Amino acid sequence: MTVLIAILVVGLISLAFGALLGFASVKFKVEGDPLAEQIDAILPQTQCGQCGYPGCKPYADAVANGEAINKCAPGGDDTIKKIADLMGVEPIAMDEAHETDNTPKVAFIIEEDCIGCTKCIQACPVDAIIGTTKQMHTIIADECTGCDLCVAPCPVDCIEMRPIPQTTRNWQWDLANIPVTQID
Amino acid sequence: METVIERIEQGRFWQFHGGIHPPEMKFLTTNKPIRTVSLPQRLVLPIQQHIGEAGELIVKPGDYVLKGQPLTKTTVPLAVPIHAPTSGTIASIENHIIAHPSGLNEMSVILMPDGEDRWRERHIVENYSQLDKNTLVEKIANAGIAGMGGAGFPTHIKVNTKAKIDFLIINAAECEPYITADDLLMREHAASVIEGIKILDKILEPAFILIGIEDNKPEAIDALNHEIKQFDKIKLCVVPTKYPTGGEKQLIKILTGKEVPSGVLPSSLGIVMQNVGTCHAIAEAVISDTPLIKRVVTVTGQALEKPQNVWALLGTPIEHLLQECQYPQQQKRHIIMGGPMMGFSLPNTQVPVVKTTNCILAPSEKEIPDANQEIECIRCGQCAEVCPAQLLPQELQWHAKAKDSEQLTKLNLFDCIECGACAYVCPSHIPLVHYYRVSKAEIRQQKLLDIKAEKAKQRFEARKARLERDKKAREEKHKKAAEARRARMNSGTEEANKEKSAVAAALARVQAKKAQQSGVQANTTNDDKKSQVADAIARAKAKKAGQSAPNGDAGDDKKQQVAAAIARAKAKKLAAKEQANDDSAEENINAVETKPTSAQDDKKARVAAAVARAKAKKLAAQEQPSDVGTDDTGKSPETISSTAEDAKKARIAAAVAKAKAKKLAANTESDDQRTEGEAEASTKDKDDVMAEAIVEPPQETSTSTQDDKKARIAAAVAKAKAKKLAANTGSDDQRTEGEAEASTKDKAEVTAEAVVEPMQETSTSAQDDKKARIAAAVAKAKAKKQAANADTDVKQVEGEAKASTKDKTNVTAEADVEAAGETSTSAQDDKKARIAAAVAKAKAKKLAEKAQKDNQTS
Ligand code: SF4
Ligand code: SF4
Ligand code: SF4
Ligand code: SF4
Ligand code: SF4
Repeated sequence: MTVLIAILVVGLISLAFGALLGFASVKFKVEGDPLAEQIDAILPQTQCGQCGYPGCKPYADAVANGEAINKCAPGGDDTIKKIADLMGVEPIAMDEAHETDNTPKVAFIIEEDCIGCTKCIQACPVDAIIGTTKQMHTIIADECTGCDLCVAPCPVDCIEMRPIPQTTRNWQWDLANIPVTQID
Repeated sequence: METVIERIEQGRFWQFHGGIHPPEMKFLTTNKPIRTVSLPQRLVLPIQQHIGEAGELIVKPGDYVLKGQPLTKTTVPLAVPIHAPTSGTIASIENHIIAHPSGLNEMSVILMPDGEDRWRERHIVENYSQLDKNTLVEKIANAGIAGMGGAGFPTHIKVNTKAKIDFLIINAAECEPYITADDLLMREHAASVIEGIKILDKILEPAFILIGIEDNKPEAIDALNHEIKQFDKIKLCVVPTKYPTGGEKQLIKILTGKEVPSGVLPSSLGIVMQNVGTCHAIAEAVISDTPLIKRVVTVTGQALEKPQNVWALLGTPIEHLLQECQYPQQQKRHIIMGGPMMGFSLPNTQVPVVKTTNCILAPSEKEIPDANQEIECIRCGQCAEVCPAQLLPQELQWHAKAKDSEQLTKLNLFDCIECGACAYVCPSHIPLVHYYRVSKAEIRQQKLLDIKAEKAKQRFEARKARLERDKKAREEKHKKAAEARRARMNSGTEEANKEKSAVAAALARVQAKKAQQSGVQANTTNDDKKSQVADAIARAKAKKAGQSAPNGDAGDDKKQQVAAAIARAKAKKLAAKEQANDDSAEENINAVETKPTSAQDDKKARVAAAVARAKAKKLAAQEQPSDVGTDDTGKSPETISSTAEDAKKARIAAAVAKAKAKKLAANTESDDQRTEGEAEASTKDKDDVMAEAIVEPPQETSTSTQDDKKARIAAAVAKAKAKKLAANTGSDDQRTEGEAEASTKDKAEVTAEAVVEPMQETSTSAQDDKKARIAAAVAKAKAKKQAANADTDVKQVEGEAKASTKDKTNVTAEADVEAAGETSTSAQDDKKARIAAAVAKAKAKKLAEKAQKDNQTS
């Protein structure tokens, strides 16, 4: 009899705590960023498709599902390192099949050559090109991610990728160039 | 509050953490008055000399400007105008090296002084106390005043705060070694400085005004004391000399004991700080309507023979100042702009004086020795001891070297005022500040990139959503249109048949168009399409003629019937010789006769046709004994019913057409494949005649007309273009092959005929052909491009092909192709073709029904 009572009591207690825990887990659920979201936040969002996916988000999803982490050329080694840190794997070298030149560029339309075919608009993943049929097109440099996708479709080859010019706003101190100028 | 003032009155101040006492070196210039230098050859005025946005240029090269005339106007609040420092001509507006450690060029106005120094009209204000706040702020803004102590924050923004101000602090500390510009200014223009303070007082209405000045400037202190005697609100706070007392947060701490938290503006604590130089400029601007066009610059350093403070016009090249102060030519050039602690080396002495330039330091070599080799940090902790911002410089240094921006931000790197105290005391000669500068710039850049990435992401997603929406809308529209059409079709009017066929054709066209859009039809050449179109018509005609199923509604039909009658008559003649009647032929005749006829002629013709068919059958049986079953002949009697002559003609014509098509195709690999596919399809066809047709033609190629040539060139150009574009993706070839396969897969017997027969027609109308071909080439190029991206094309093509084969009557598939071909041709052709297609289809349908019936009956 006492054994039964003991079992009953212990059972009830465990039930009660189980319910409590269950409630707590629902009530205080921590909304963690899904892995893909976190990876997406690291990717440069150039939307260039060089990784073989139609944009950064699809690549982030793929990486979360086991795709190699070294396929984003615009992100370069920094991005690989960050993804490796996030996923807890070893950083690996940039995939050889991918271009490693990731100097920031923006597209530029040589406007007198443009025939207004709108092909480039259809190609641009971020709508950084303005223009309409038979009108000159131009690129909003601020919105352009430098993804290169508009260059190929242009039938008259009037789009070129230009490196972003250095100004005092994006200039970086160069350690080697700074003379040490203290006095004693 | 009270305690702060009490303490100040007692001369007791707080202390900020850390600080150092570097050699002051102020004696070089402190005992000499401010000198006015000669007018330089030219003035270089960068249009942006401060934090914020550049103003908008309102002068152009060649303009003559008066002293004090604005050169830019402000369009946004954070912009500050610049003014002509003297009268002269604008020589040019160009990129010129500016006062920035990068040595980069920025847009500058180059002014050639005429030496007359003629002022623009000025409005001297006798009594500024009558002006209201806004007018005062406006005057400050129009005078182009930006903080003259260092950063150059637009003053009108800083003083136009809504917050309630307890303390207006005037920064006269000038703690950095060598610099004496503010010292001299206070000594010589104390009255003006105090006027400026009073103007600020009127604008800000602070509870107290504190002037923070280091005790190493006794003469300036005397001068100020003299001026503020009768002005109780202003407290002159003489603080002990220590570097960096002049830092904003440090001076606030010393005078009020308040710590300004990280990322908080002093104005939110009720404190505004202004530099004495700025106060002087404000007084000038408000009282004598003089914009900021000159400033005191300490030109110092032991390399100079005559170091001195000078009144330098903004835009004066540093070189000019150095000459004025006798900088020896042979000297190894090393010029620092700003003080020795916080300044930067100038890449070039053509750099102009700007609003924030307070010191030009030309040290001798022994003054600033070459950098000692940096060695490892020994963790002595001295840097942390002296850091006025209470940071951990050695930790920052490690993270900076590791580029760990997260840790750096956590350690409040952005609170570092780059005072250089840590580097000054570091026994390992680590240039700590430089590491911080590099890291700061990198983090800032990264932040910009992050913002950009976020924007790109949003735009990308917005675009995706938009495309999705468009697609849905399009589908919706199509669905609605289809429903409307169906409703109309089912209304059961007299023209139901007509309608039905038209709808069917239209549907087919839409389908074909869609297919074309996704690159499916990319490969079907114009010839092909056209031939199929023509074929459909021809077959329909022939069938009709053969089976004489009268529609009786169109003139076309009549003609066809006549033509058929003639053909049949010929066949009759032939048949008469043979006089042989097959059972199956009879059956056919019976079947035909059960149909209601409209004309006697028709009947006769039909009988004749039946006879002819029977004959032809026999003939055919002899020629191809192993071949065609009777059912087949029954189904496609037109082939056989045609006389030998007709057949020959058709074959020749077909050959010509084919040859042409081949030649066209020869330009591109893919075309070849297609042609081969067709050829295969043809050869698979049981009808041997067709195979012959393919082999025969090449002789005829020489007959190609001029038009044809042109068309081919156009086609070639179009194709070449398309190819180039397509070259990026490998999917094209696949697609082409798919097409070829699709053709070969088509088992339907009639198709082969379709390929060959229609060629006659295409070759006969040279002009139409040309147009069509060009159009086709264009269409192809377009389609190819589109197709280049999609791998799924092949599948689609196959699907299409299957669809065709499934269709027993073949009519629909043909109509598809036909429609596709025609949509790309000129509008007129298009219309005609569509009508023809509709007619053909209607006929073909009827025929098919008939044929089925026949089969059943037989
Ligand atoms: S390669 Fe291009 S599309 Fe792919 S993740 Fe990197 S930036 Fe995004
Ligand atoms: S403009 Fe060209 S390079 Fe720039 S984002 Fe658009 S497609 Fe890419
Ligand atoms: S693709 Fe080239 S030609 Fe066509 S609109 Fe764009 S820039 Fe102009
Ligand atoms: S002063 Fe120099 S050596 Fe000492 S802890 Fe700081 S960085 Fe290291
Ligand atoms: S430079 Fe920065 S880290 Fe070094 S002492 Fe000054 S505030 Fe502190």
